[in-house]
Amino acid sequence: MRFLFKTDYEDDIKLFPHSGYYVSYGILLALLLAAPYMLSSYLMSQLVFVCIYATVGVALLILTGFTGQASLGHAAFLAIGAYTAAYLQKYNVPFPVYFLAAGLLTGIIGAMVGFPALRLTGIYLVIATISFALIVEEILARWESVTNGNEGMRIKTLSLLGVPVPRDSPAFYFLCLAVLVLTIVGTLNLLRSPTGRAFVAIRDSETAARSMGVNVALYKVKSFAISAAITGFAGVLFAHKLSFISPEMFTLQLSIEFIIVILIGGTFSLHGAVLGAIFIVMIDPFLTYLKDDMPGIIAGVAATFGAGKERAASIQSSVAAFASLNGLKGAIYGIIIMLFVLFEPLGIYGRWLKIKLFFQLFPLYKRATFKRQKIYVKSERNR
Amino acid sequence: MLDFVQQLVSGVALGCVYGLIALGFVLVYKATEVVNFAQGDLMMLGGFFAFTFIGMMGLNYWLGFAGAVAAMALFGMLAERVVVRPILGYPQFSIIMATIGLGYFLRSIAGMIWGTDDLKIETPFSQGVLRIGSLVLAYDKLSVIAATMILCTLLYLFFNKTTLGTAMRASSENMLAAYYMGIPVKRVVSIVWAISAAVATCAGVLLAPITFIHSNVGLVLGLKAFPAAVLGGFGSIPGAVVGGVLIGVIESMAGFYLPEGWKDVAPYIVLLAVLLLKPEGLFGLHVRKKV
Repeated sequence: MRFLFKTDYEDDIKLFPHSGYYVSYGILLALLLAAPYMLSSYLMSQLVFVCIYATVGVALLILTGFTGQASLGHAAFLAIGAYTAAYLQKYNVPFPVYFLAAGLLTGIIGAMVGFPALRLTGIYLVIATISFALIVEEILARWESVTNGNEGMRIKTLSLLGVPVPRDSPAFYFLCLAVLVLTIVGTLNLLRSPTGRAFVAIRDSETAARSMGVNVALYKVKSFAISAAITGFAGVLFAHKLSFISPEMFTLQLSIEFIIVILIGGTFSLHGAVLGAIFIVMIDPFLTYLKDDMPGIIAGVAATFGAGKERAASIQSSVAAFASLNGLKGAIYGIIIMLFVLFEPLGIYGRWLKIKLFFQLFPLYKRATFKRQKIYVKSERNR
Repeated sequence: MLDFVQQLVSGVALGCVYGLIALGFVLVYKATEVVNFAQGDLMMLGGFFAFTFIGMMGLNYWLGFAGAVAAMALFGMLAERVVVRPILGYPQFSIIMATIGLGYFLRSIAGMIWGTDDLKIETPFSQGVLRIGSLVLAYDKLSVIAATMILCTLLYLFFNKTTLGTAMRASSENMLAAYYMGIPVKRVVSIVWAISAAVATCAGVLLAPITFIHSNVGLVLGLKAFPAAVLGGFGSIPGAVVGGVLIGVIESMAGFYLPEGWKDVAPYIVLLAVLLLKPEGLFGLHVRKKV
């Protein structure tokens, strides 16, 4: 176990606490840069989605994880970013300009949502953000002169400074990766600045933060704006990746998926956004695998354990029938959400920390280290 | 004028359905400070249970209705025991997520078991209309209105006059103190979930002739019931029904008098306005935190 000896405040807020981080993140970055030359095109495409989802996850973490303001309306911000890109692209605006414009516009709208949200907490805020998302969805479907209504909009190939970047090229992946890395580094810096400290203070206790002189309203609006703007940037990439957008892509379902990203990854650290995004995006390939290969494998296992040929065949067909059931994905989503909330509330990253601590403290690890306090009194919950 | 009254009545009927679902939210919220995002899906499941009893097993309508309510009450208890009880006392957001997960699960399972077609239940109110002058009122809509009024009154009396109801309010206020006073908090929470699942089933069965039963009906109506519950002030039983009726009327008026598209958005615009101007709702209590 490594003991960090901190001698001044600068040591405490360093991005990389010790040299081991350079090695591990360096290896990770090298692997990510080498990925296009090692993975199949399908997996590359999924990896691009991981980058986009993780960017949204980071945005959501700023708002939900660090400022404590729940939002089930981030699909709307994503949609605004995507539609801004599509609309400006029609008028031959260059990519860097509409990329920034999308972020700016989404940020302004986020701030506008943030103002009314100042008075709301907990469940009311969740419902208000859901309503906002539903209204945006309806506007997208009805404002036909700009959004083309339910017909949807086509997005032309991205062209960066005159060089075309097709949506399944390695260059597009690098662009998404760059946006993700910049977002993460920017967010890390934000979180160690006074603004980030204020966010965390508001999350832990609004009343206490206010008593310490934190301008709660200002920082909540800031948090909403920053989170929305990052989601807007992700929206531009999302639109380019899909090359076609229509209102029914940005439903409540997508907002819930984003929340699942941070819930599964872990809501207390930026690692959570990335891990959760990997999890959510890789469910699809996993289900395909389940559908295609699993029946054969299970039948093979059954055959080796002495089941007859007919029995193995019947097992194979029943597993295949189960795996291709309609709505299996929804059921799996539901079960995963419930299991994580019930048994792993700190998410995948929390589990990783627990495993790490287990080996660091071996054999003195205590489960109670990560136990959360339960609150049974109503007035304590109304913060 | 006649159009207006006709729209008003159908709005009230629709609103009563929202009110019934909102009642389920409010019951659970009143007793445990938990918001059940799967309420609409419990309603959907109740409708499917009733369809199984009435449509597939050929039971009498009332018998099937009672069977579905009883089965769903048990199911509500089960859901509470498995999903909610382990996380009671954790931040509200975890419980919201858990119930969203439950909703996903129920929707897919219902789709797997009963298929994705629209199902229909034959009810005594399916046919026939009541004519008052030139006003035409369908029995199925009237039955929804009547049932909502009865259920709302019963539940209101239950919460405010009976010992169990008082115990429920007490455990909402402070679970630990309630427990020290000898209230079996766990059982109380369990009963509340049973009641709210039963109310949801009533909504589902009464709604069956109007919207039919399919696996996504709960999601759509559940989302409309939120504005109803918020408008009435989360935590007030008459408020839920009044809020539901207001939302229903607004929706059907917007559908009739405003251009296309407003119908779906109007409830949410009203909701946002209410949240901005009077976040505690029409009948809600104002809560302050002691520092």
